[in-house]
Amino acid sequence: MGSVLTRDVLVKWAPLLVLIVLILFFAAMEPRFFSVRNFARIGISSAPALMVAIGVTFIIIMGSIDLSMEGTVSVCAVVFAFAFIAMGGTLASFAWLALPLALLVGAAVGLLNGLVHVKLKIPSFMASLAMGFVGTGFALLLTGGDRIRVEDDLFRGLLTTRWFNFPIMCYVAVAFLLIAWFIQTRTTLGRNFYAVGGGEDLAHASGLNVNKVRILGFTLAGVFYAVGALLAVGRIGIAETATGSNFMFVSITSVVVGGTALWGGIGGVWNTLIGVLIVNVINNGMVVIGLPGYVQDGVLGVLVIAAVVLSTDRKSVTFVK
Amino acid sequence: MYELRKVDKKFPGVHALKAIDFQIGRGEIVGLVGENGAGKSTLMKVIYGAYQADGGDITIDGTKVRFQNPRQAMDHGIGMVFQEQSLITNLTVMENIFLGFEQQFVSFGVINWKDMAQAARNQLAKVKLDIDPATVTSRLSFAQRQLVELAKVLTLEERVDGDLVILLDEPTSVLAREEVELLFSLVRDLTSRASFIFVSHRMDEVLELSDRIYVMKDGEVVDVVAQAEANVDDIQHKMVGREVDKEYYREQKQKPYRKEAPLVSFKDVSHGARYQNISFDLHPGEVLCLVGTEGSGREAVLRTVFGLETPTAGTVSLKGQDVTRFNAQNGVAAGVGYVPRERKVEGIVGGMNVYENMTLSQMGNYSKNGVLRISEEKSLARDWIDRLSIKTPSEYKDCGGLSGGNQQKVVLAKWRSGGSDIILLDHPTRGLDIGAKEDVYDMVRDMSDDGAGIILVADTLEEAIGLSHTIIVLKDGIEQIRYDCEPGNKPSLFDLVHHMI
Repeated sequence: MGSVLTRDVLVKWAPLLVLIVLILFFAAMEPRFFSVRNFARIGISSAPALMVAIGVTFIIIMGSIDLSMEGTVSVCAVVFAFAFIAMGGTLASFAWLALPLALLVGAAVGLLNGLVHVKLKIPSFMASLAMGFVGTGFALLLTGGDRIRVEDDLFRGLLTTRWFNFPIMCYVAVAFLLIAWFIQTRTTLGRNFYAVGGGEDLAHASGLNVNKVRILGFTLAGVFYAVGALLAVGRIGIAETATGSNFMFVSITSVVVGGTALWGGIGGVWNTLIGVLIVNVINNGMVVIGLPGYVQDGVLGVLVIAAVVLSTDRKSVTFVK
Repeated sequence: MYELRKVDKKFPGVHALKAIDFQIGRGEIVGLVGENGAGKSTLMKVIYGAYQADGGDITIDGTKVRFQNPRQAMDHGIGMVFQEQSLITNLTVMENIFLGFEQQFVSFGVINWKDMAQAARNQLAKVKLDIDPATVTSRLSFAQRQLVELAKVLTLEERVDGDLVILLDEPTSVLAREEVELLFSLVRDLTSRASFIFVSHRMDEVLELSDRIYVMKDGEVVDVVAQAEANVDDIQHKMVGREVDKEYYREQKQKPYRKEAPLVSFKDVSHGARYQNISFDLHPGEVLCLVGTEGSGREAVLRTVFGLETPTAGTVSLKGQDVTRFNAQNGVAAGVGYVPRERKVEGIVGGMNVYENMTLSQMGNYSKNGVLRISEEKSLARDWIDRLSIKTPSEYKDCGGLSGGNQQKVVLAKWRSGGSDIILLDHPTRGLDIGAKEDVYDMVRDMSDDGAGIILVADTLEEAIGLSHTIIVLKDGIEQIRYDCEPGNKPSLFDLVHHMI
């Protein structure tokens, strides 16, 4: 037997190690960081991002990329808010139907995204980027630039009601994380994501309907974006075009930092959880120790490059496009 | 003037070149023939510097040389015209001709296109090609591209002192008959400028063009014949000249196939230029072997049976049902299993473990409403790991980490466990060691006994002869001859080679 600390083992556990080191570092710099109150704050900022990042994780496992999350989140948030208010404005009425409606809208946008990518044979990054702009524009068309307030106490309970010091939205996020884990490990769809990402030709030669898998993947991602949109609205009580802003950078950074390979086949939702926590711990920790915002963005950018460098066996890659 | 003496080349497990002596004189055209795997391409790679010889000497005009890479070989006047054309199709003809050597036209960092075009025109004149050097390469015909490629190699004339040796690897494979004639007369004219080494599967062309012919077999030069004495039959005998080991290929286990309803039936099936008017029936228990050179259409036939290619004419039926929509899903549903040549690309998914790979083509059998029954998958995997004695620590092992032979067993288990009874094997033993090959032969016999029909594209002719009940020889997409191969009455290697090339 060789050393236990092989490169593979190191690469596998590196994200978790980084997370622990970061937490210890910030705790040493500023004891207030290491408090349940602050961890709850990290949880609140992580929950919507985790949902969006899980959605895009499936796409990246397939070896594609989805950049439509900002538009999708905005559309879902705005449609949800309008429907919620129109149907009564409180979860105690029929307005709860706005929740599944938002998920349906997310699925529809994802489906459209997948169809454009597969049927028109447009590379996924371009198809989804374009669809994202369409979504943002559509959200702006719906709101006319206004903010829509969602002030139902029951719905805002996502943020305000706390169990064991953590708001309900954290538990909702964990529940969807477990659902995503189930899909990843226990369903044919999850297995197919890995097969397509690990060897598309082979998946095809095994009789898999690769196009169908791709379209379903984008649809599923859309549903998770919608969940992210709901949590984002729950967090600030406002739905607007800008609800989706910044999700693209945060979610893709998280997925990559968590150790899911950009060329597909490797990684999973637990990696993404670690990645989201790393990103949010850094953001939070820098605020706590008093560094300005632009430093945070810079650090995150450097972190992404470091993560890719660490996880790539560069000897086996000849050309990078 | 250019000479190889006792050149040796070994790869892990293969002695690819054994003490090769080879020489070529000024203005000479030398032919190189041999079966697939005889060592022709390895020899060529040594000559143009892509491989370094392990032993022996290479001399030019008596001076010893050693090339670390093709660029160094080019600096000594050795150029290669590639079979798969090496031109970059989105660049213009002149850019291609001077690719990597633009510096001569550059002043102050700016390329003088006029000079380059003039220089390119001079090169094109050598190959008698009258086209505008600013044409984008993708707009040329294949024959024209071949000539541009030759012109590119001929730029060595200006760059290098001394003589040129130009290798032509299957230059005629994409050309029509009259284009071949043009190319040959051009090559004869160019012997005033260079010597040529000509490699082709088409024996008649080699005989027509070459002054001398080197015949290779199993990594050795078995004979050198001058054009005047050359005779197709003799050369073909020398290329093979081996007995098929009956034991090795499990010939004693070969049983007659069942002459009942065929599993696969081709009736006058054509696929564009790939193959024409192919007809055959594959019966339960039959091993049908498609024999031919690379590009003879054998792979295309396999891919058609699986549904990866849609034929342009004729009827294909699987188990009595005419196939109307050709796609892999329908193929799998009809019970076809495909074991592709590129195991790493199309055979197993590295990163997925043994049981995940085995159920990849049949997840529907192990799931309900999309939810997998993983414990059943695992017991299936354990069962087949035992049955085929797959060497893996457990069913959780990443398939990418298994040896080639064991990967191949996983692929076969994938199809057999899913109930596939039409198995397409494309070079199933490529890259396997001898023990693993014998395992594959045993599996082939076992599958026949179970009533599966197998279409085989074998790695070697011996393998084809040893394993098959029926052999169809293809050449340029057309059936040449068909042999029934009962044990004891099999065609010889010579019979096959004779019809292949």
